Amino acid sequence: MGASVLRPDGALKVSGEFAYSSDLWLDGMLWGATLRSPHPSAWIRSIDIGPALAMPGVYAVLTHEDVPGEKFYGLENKDQPVLAIDQVRYQGEPVALVAADHPETARRAADAIVVTYGEREAVTDPRVALERRMLVRHQPVRVGSTFSADVVVTGEYEVGMQDQAFLGPESGLAVPAEDGGVDLYIATQWLHVDQGQVAPCLGLPPEKVRLTLAGVGGAFGAREDLSMQIHASMLALRTGKPVKMVYGREESFFGHVHRHPAWMRYEHGATLDGRLVYVKAEILLDGGAYTSSSPAVVGNAASLGVGPYEVDNVHIDAYGTFTNNPPCGAMRGFGAVQACYAYESQMDRLAAACGLTPVEIRIRNAVSQGSRLATGQVVDTPAPLAEMLRDLDAMPLPESVSRDLRDLPGGVGQTTHGDGVRRGVGYGVGIKNICFSEGFDDYSTARVRVELLGGEPHVLVHTAAAEVGQGLVIIQAQIARTELGIDHVTVAPADTQVGSSGSSSASRQSYVTGGAVKTACEAVRERIEKDGRPLEVILQDGPIEETREYRHRRTFPMDPVTGQGDSHTQLALCVHRAVVDVDVELGLVKVVELAAVQDVGKILNPLALEGQIHGGTAQGLGLALMEEIQVRDGKVLNPSFTDYLIPTILDMPPMQLKILENPDPNAPYGLRGAGEPPTLSSTPAIAAAVRNATGLPLSRVPIRPQDIALA
Amino acid sequence: MPDLHEISLIVNGVVREVTVPARRLLSDCLRHDLGLTGTHVGCEHGVCGACTILLDGEPARSCLTLAVTAAGHEITTVEGLAGDDGPSAVQRAFRECHGLQCGFCTPGFLCTATALLRENPAPTDEEVVEGLSGNLCRCTGYQNIVKSVHRAAELLAEES
Ligand code: FES
Ligand code: FES
Repeated sequence: MGASVLRPDGALKVSGEFAYSSDLWLDGMLWGATLRSPHPSAWIRSIDIGPALAMPGVYAVLTHEDVPGEKFYGLENKDQPVLAIDQVRYQGEPVALVAADHPETARRAADAIVVTYGEREAVTDPRVALERRMLVRHQPVRVGSTFSADVVVTGEYEVGMQDQAFLGPESGLAVPAEDGGVDLYIATQWLHVDQGQVAPCLGLPPEKVRLTLAGVGGAFGAREDLSMQIHASMLALRTGKPVKMVYGREESFFGHVHRHPAWMRYEHGATLDGRLVYVKAEILLDGGAYTSSSPAVVGNAASLGVGPYEVDNVHIDAYGTFTNNPPCGAMRGFGAVQACYAYESQMDRLAAACGLTPVEIRIRNAVSQGSRLATGQVVDTPAPLAEMLRDLDAMPLPESVSRDLRDLPGGVGQTTHGDGVRRGVGYGVGIKNICFSEGFDDYSTARVRVELLGGEPHVLVHTAAAEVGQGLVIIQAQIARTELGIDHVTVAPADTQVGSSGSSSASRQSYVTGGAVKTACEAVRERIEKDGRPLEVILQDGPIEETREYRHRRTFPMDPVTGQGDSHTQLALCVHRAVVDVDVELGLVKVVELAAVQDVGKILNPLALEGQIHGGTAQGLGLALMEEIQVRDGKVLNPSFTDYLIPTILDMPPMQLKILENPDPNAPYGLRGAGEPPTLSSTPAIAAAVRNATGLPLSRVPIRPQDIALA
Repeated sequence: MPDLHEISLIVNGVVREVTVPARRLLSDCLRHDLGLTGTHVGCEHGVCGACTILLDGEPARSCLTLAVTAAGHEITTVEGLAGDDGPSAVQRAFRECHGLQCGFCTPGFLCTATALLRENPAPTDEEVVEGLSGNLCRCTGYQNIVKSVHRAAELLAEES
């Protein structure tokens, strides 16, 4: 444990043999295609499947009438129709399905279905939705009664709609089984929650819907909701043939939820020497057409809405709205990301108003172990924020602005030749809840088996936990090796033949599935120790197998009126410093360097951990400077990688990292979830650096060139 | 029926005969007709680089190339990067330096880096970044990819 063990899937991933969900193939399989709504809001007057059905090579055309079981599904609330029933509520909503013998035939047949729509008013402004009380959730936080102070700063902030933009679009293969059930091979984040939603819609008991994880090309929250799971299964059951579905990039933009765009109004009051007196905030998150995970997103924004700062008086209202915009749900750091951008922007304004540096104002108000959060929850494990900020501040700064054209924002195409280039430095601090919160029964299951293979003891670790790229397979193997002292460890493919592991989200798998593997290994070890004979001798009687569930500390709901409650089990901190060069005339930004300090409790695998911090930071950079799904009147304007930009290697600067290990005694090995916190703090750090360089208020991310050049 | 063309492609050193319509993309031809699914399709628009292969040794986007235009040319896919004695230096370096997470972008990076190092066996940081700027990775933040390419350069130098 703690060593940079190499990923067991690495060999297959570099040889090209790793089977992603898009690579699956069965002889005689059909291809599925989805017909989606072109309108954000409309009645469906009629659907004529005749022309599609008549095409050679077409095996099935299905609408909502063909859904065999329940017609609705959803993560937190079953409000999303499997296929649209009489109306559509967002552009891209699935209306009908086709199975054909060739992907192009399936696509053409889907286009041949004639749907008559009656367009109607679309509500696409979440402020209007708020006025009309079209709310998924409203979560207030109320503490204290002093809402005046010597220094007051206010601000309004906006966060655009970000896409997870994983590189491997949605895909899966459904195979009809002899028992009338279906075997589904799918790239997902949570096999059992898929099973729990798919089975009722197919009218099947859960045991007849067996899921196996296929290779996942990135996730970042976008695979927490269903995409084609029910659709492919319906087509397979109807045709009696295996059906494969693969979304292209454009369809992928319509096939998954996005990060909630946010509109936020903040007011911070402080003493003359910069100590927070109060924070007031209104946080509006647009959830789009269906519930997805909006309630949890709103909960995070409310409970973490002031950030990792001590403040006695808090008045927050966090809202999630329903509109006819694309549904929004899980994306790395959800709820906390949006609020973090706003409260950190406010901390910089406060620093300026009090004549303090950004680092000083943050240290002065930093939480530490024993502090009380806005929810009343006491931070009962190490939270060395002040120390982290001092460490960050002590890291060396990169050299001053280079005069080499190639290093300037915009590169050799640069037209101002550096005359307009200004350097800026900014800081960001983020706090994220790890694991599921607010009373959710959050657990994982692991089965560990030790047996003799070729005369030597081997360990087989079996869980349903999804490896989505983060490196969970390495961590599971490392834990088994450490706990059992046996070198040969295999992690079995994840499937529903073992109990749930919960989601690969909320930075929770090392904690919860790591905990389950550890506990199951301990149970195996106990049996071996009790037996007393040497392991090789014991195993001659047969394998030893133990299955264990692991739960983290219980959490509690937030009070619906005051927001009070111990809603989180673990909190994690990350701080970033960004250095940017901005060409103030052209509006171009080049991030020169990013430095980060993160407390992870215990490092399990340095290589995998650093990879998570790098990747999370890069997604925060994307949100700060370029990533936005542009939606106008409910329609997505840029559903392609030509128009939705994600950071390239040229955009991402070198990083300096410092990783602290202050253990959380409640967690396995003292670890703290690590994947999300860097996604929070890098965005405000970069935005602050651009403000520092330009002197502009820049209250919206992503910051576009015209926000700078035309200001 | 669309016009079909019988073409032969030299893929990873082996002559492969396929019959394809004129507009079959090389990416689809490799993946579907030849079963070489190591070449990935991430955007279909020439943006992400996941579909990068080597065409006569030069990196090319198989999602923007028609299979018929590749007839008679040497194609190397990720499956063909390894030698008789195992994975290539570039493949080993990406694994060793954790230059991948989900790995979906990896075949494209491996092909691009292989060509880059052939032209420039000891690239600077700037040259690596420049050379890989046409490939997107969503997972790694690129830090370990840069390291992997330098490490591959070292391994290649040791081997030669
Ligand atoms: S799939 Fe060819 S460049 Fe993206
Ligand atoms: S490793 Fe996932 S896209 Fe690069």
